[in-house]
Amino acid sequence: MIAGNSAPDLSVSERASGTMAVQLRGVHKTFGSVKAVRGIDLTMRSGEVVAFLGPNGAGKTSTIDMILGLSQPTKGDVAVYGMAPRRAVTKGLISAVMQTGGLLKDLTVRETIEYTSNLFAVSRPVDEVLERAGITRIANRLVGKCSGGEQQRLRFAMALIPDPELLLLDEPTQGMDVEGRRDFWQAIRDDAALGRTIVFATHYLEEADAYADRIVLISKGRIVADGTATEVKALASGRTIRATLFHADEALLRAMPGVDEVEIRGETIYVHSGDTDAVARRLLSETTAHDIEITSRGLEDAFIALTTNGSDGADSDGKVAQ
Amino acid sequence: MTPQSSLAEALGRPAPPLGGFSLAVVRLEIRRLMRNRRTMVLAIAMPIIFFLAFGRNSAYVHQSAGRGNVTAFEMISIALFGAVFATATGGAMVSIERALGWSRQLRVTPLSPMAYIAIKMLTSLTLAAGAVSAVYLIGAVTNQASMPTYLWVVTGLCVWIGSLLFSALGLFIGYLLPSENVTQIISLVLMLCAFAGGLFIPISHFPGTDATLAKLTPLYGLNELVHYPLVGGQFDWAWVLNLALWLGVFVFGAVWQFRHDTARV
Repeated sequence: MIAGNSAPDLSVSERASGTMAVQLRGVHKTFGSVKAVRGIDLTMRSGEVVAFLGPNGAGKTSTIDMILGLSQPTKGDVAVYGMAPRRAVTKGLISAVMQTGGLLKDLTVRETIEYTSNLFAVSRPVDEVLERAGITRIANRLVGKCSGGEQQRLRFAMALIPDPELLLLDEPTQGMDVEGRRDFWQAIRDDAALGRTIVFATHYLEEADAYADRIVLISKGRIVADGTATEVKALASGRTIRATLFHADEALLRAMPGVDEVEIRGETIYVHSGDTDAVARRLLSETTAHDIEITSRGLEDAFIALTTNGSDGADSDGKVAQ
Repeated sequence: MTPQSSLAEALGRPAPPLGGFSLAVVRLEIRRLMRNRRTMVLAIAMPIIFFLAFGRNSAYVHQSAGRGNVTAFEMISIALFGAVFATATGGAMVSIERALGWSRQLRVTPLSPMAYIAIKMLTSLTLAAGAVSAVYLIGAVTNQASMPTYLWVVTGLCVWIGSLLFSALGLFIGYLLPSENVTQIISLVLMLCAFAGGLFIPISHFPGTDATLAKLTPLYGLNELVHYPLVGGQFDWAWVLNLALWLGVFVFGAVWQFRHDTARV
């Protein structure tokens, strides 16, 4: 269903309006013989909440590192608000919540924030940031004595210090318990509501589904799907129409656009299609079908289907050695 | 938060001056250091104990060493030990912070590598100043170390500034063994170097071959150099050579280890 070498870009509002938050053009990243990123083109507008979804080793972290200026693409270029990533970092336009590590155990929570705050030309007040990340209560605790979830919220607070336009989170809830994860996402959600552009990498499907406006599915260093959660689900598995239709003509149903499966059980028909909207329109106008329901399969199905297809595609276009 | 400042406004934000260097951060680093009891004991308390134990040998007080007495000579040696421990620990902190991922975290802030090094150097130098001052203060209070007043200042400054070179040793050891117990390893290594380099017992007291070997150890050159203002006499370029060679070894080792794990950061 999806060609391996041209990732479909389904984002409806792909308009050239305003300043692009992030622009990646033909980006490749190679570590020795390992091709971590193999040609990514991606544009993110201001205000989007984007999930980089993909299995471990898909190239999510490598891509984020390049957006942050932590590493340089082997080929292609990266621009953040139209400038080099490092410049955007020095202006405090982008900041990040890293996966693990990156904290000094012998500083207190407040001192860590003060430390970070002193490195920027412009920063939000320390107390405000502590409050937003929900760690005011533990401000005087040594970082080494904080739980994993508390440390992650501290990383989040550090990222808020420069009041960045774009916030990147790399697997932000890895290793957190359910409650910690929920609290953390609550803080992020509150923050996103204020209009900040947020990009997060995750391999938890439910996180991408619940918190992102747009999902960029990455597999083996490429984008294999890009769209809203609903669009991505539809991409992999299509959707299913269930309708009531007397004397259904199977041949007619099969001839409709994008239909790949038809099942007739008495007076109920099940039509599986990649373009259920078009099928529904025709069912309503050309047949006596009624009680139409359209359901999509879970994101998990989409994820498995697309990341598996993606690897096939990569093999077929000959870019993988072997 | 973001809507408070429009995007256009945000794009016009300045980068911080001096690559993000700030004295407030130096103060936080010093506070961090003082919180580390082990480092404080090794850098400040131990040299004081050494001075009280070795330096006040009654024979030394009446023995002269150049423009002062042997107690002053010993005081300089022991201050050097404390100062070198302080700067080596500071160097090791750089490599450990890299292993911890803190350096990576700092790379998503405006802080430039040069500003980071400057912050670390100032922090190390503050601890080294504490070590030198503590030993000199005890030397003055016990009233046994004797040398002209200007030499207290000159030798103190030589020890203080010279010790900075040993941050390279700490950097190397830190990259080699990035563990949080690195201060203990450094104190052990420096203790051996200090004995071998004649900091606790003057090399002139060593038997023949041992004295020759001692001249090849890392602290020998610097130790002789910081004593020169007190002792005077013939200047020996071998001291400078010893210091330069060992500094080269440490810097090379640190760079080699740094390259070794670059992929991680």
